[in-house]
Amino acid sequence: MNLLIGAVTMGLILSLLALGVFLTYRIFGLLDITTDGSFGVGAATAAALLAHGWPPAAATAVGAWAGAMAGLVTGLVHTRFGVNALLAGILTTTALYSGNLYIMGGGDRSVAGATTLFSRAEQVLAWLAPGTETLVLFGTPVVPRSVAALGLMMLIVPVVAWVLAMFFHTGLGLALRATGDNPQMARALGVSVSGAIVVGLVTANGLIGLSGALFAEYQGFANIQMGLGMIVTGLASVIVGETLFGRRGIASRIAAVIVGTVLFRLLIAGAVRAGVDPNALKLLTALFVFLALVLPEAVRRRLRRAPAPEALRG
Amino acid sequence: MAEVMLEVAGLRHTFHPGTPAEMRALQGINLSLERGAFLVVLGTNGSGKSTLLNAVAGSFLAHHGSIRLAGEDITRWPEHRRATLIGRVFQNPFSGTAPTMTVAENLALAAHRTRQGGLGRALGRLRRREIAAQVERLGAGLEHRLDAPIGLLSGGQRQALTLLMATYERPRLLLLDEHTAALDPKSAEQVLRLTQEIVSRLRLTTLMVTHSLPQAVRLGDRALMMHRGRVAHEWSGIQKRRLRVDDLLTTFDELRSAELLDASAAAMLERNYV
Repeated sequence: MNLLIGAVTMGLILSLLALGVFLTYRIFGLLDITTDGSFGVGAATAAALLAHGWPPAAATAVGAWAGAMAGLVTGLVHTRFGVNALLAGILTTTALYSGNLYIMGGGDRSVAGATTLFSRAEQVLAWLAPGTETLVLFGTPVVPRSVAALGLMMLIVPVVAWVLAMFFHTGLGLALRATGDNPQMARALGVSVSGAIVVGLVTANGLIGLSGALFAEYQGFANIQMGLGMIVTGLASVIVGETLFGRRGIASRIAAVIVGTVLFRLLIAGAVRAGVDPNALKLLTALFVFLALVLPEAVRRRLRRAPAPEALRG
Repeated sequence: MAEVMLEVAGLRHTFHPGTPAEMRALQGINLSLERGAFLVVLGTNGSGKSTLLNAVAGSFLAHHGSIRLAGEDITRWPEHRRATLIGRVFQNPFSGTAPTMTVAENLALAAHRTRQGGLGRALGRLRRREIAAQVERLGAGLEHRLDAPIGLLSGGQRQALTLLMATYERPRLLLLDEHTAALDPKSAEQVLRLTQEIVSRLRLTTLMVTHSLPQAVRLGDRALMMHRGRVAHEWSGIQKRRLRVDDLLTTFDELRSAELLDASAAAMLERNYV
């Protein structure tokens, strides 16, 4: 039971990352490698500030802001200097490797003992429902800390998702979507395409930074490798969501990304529980994304190459 | 004399200068459009007619010359800024709309043409009602499909909507780039009628590029034939009203024979002096 709760909580934390990846990859069609760096910088910043005794909400917010600034750098390098978007993201992420080492003052930073959003949530839970120290769900005792963490994420994620959905329906949001959909048309209707890309990258990496900050607080530490391969994790989540729920309407697509991330996380937790070597997880994730990207097209080609017998006769 | 809306002076542009692919697309265009004028630009492929339109729209910045629109010097303005003054319809009916966005969202974006990027709700109830009324005027029943992704509609429907979008906020200049060329004859006729209706109702200053001679005869109060990056011929006033397809064909032939003459003269010079 604790494992299940943990996996769902982790899924909700990473769903913010997946929403960022969704924004750049699906709305703009850009593969933004900044993801790895902005997740790391969000985690590093929040951890460093928490260790300095900052209030958790402020530390988390600054973590998100740091991610957004990473997105701003990538956006400006790409649009102002014409550097390929992929390369711009790689540059930012590489630079952030050093940046994160400075921020953390080393390769990792523990927030053990510091007040985090999750320890606050635990206090709130204890105050709301005293006696939860011996909480039993479906016949298994559960740790109040994990219930509190899950509850907190179940508050944060829907709010962020709602704000994001609303954002996509503002004038600016429409301009962003049009830019991704048809930049020629967007320009002809007065949208600054470079401006829209920068705003999109800032927003996406802000979400990713927030995800990183929460991730560090949940785990109790940040380290320099945390961001590694996060873009692939995000892609996997987006793909799972889209495979299961299709691509209809912006609000339902956002919901699909969130559910997709949680399911993907459950899949991983299940795999680990079934005895898969945790060291192989990144390999399996990469493989999963590869197959998800390649299989649908391969199947379609197969179907086209083998026409139905009726067609041959007809 | 009527107020000048668009003033193009000494416009020159060369693509890929200094390379084997060098293309002198515009070689000194001067053009002046009064408010409410409807100019049809004709020309063969490669004559520079679409390049002229793109230079005005800001798809690229011309190397030499200036462009003034509605009293502003827009020569150095980027494309999206010019769009605050210009409405535009492309040749490809898929170029003017964002396929995954709904019909209503596309129109809402168009309604923000002069001021993009607000953080207010783009498609409130009032805006939606206004959009539905505008779409209903097209008479194609699309007001019932406002929430369908626009990519599901036919080319003709999308082009009609693009025209509506380009003129939703009244532009100071409407640019039409062979906007019926890629449509089937029936849709082309509908879009053409719609164009006439909207242009005359809103009294828009219009620049239309076409290679359809019948269209050039039927529409507009001025016509201009481009050839090799230059204005080769112009008709206005009574000349334009009397213009027939045969006249245009004759002009085309004259241009072509002049070109042959040029070519033979060049060959003769080469024989004698090289």
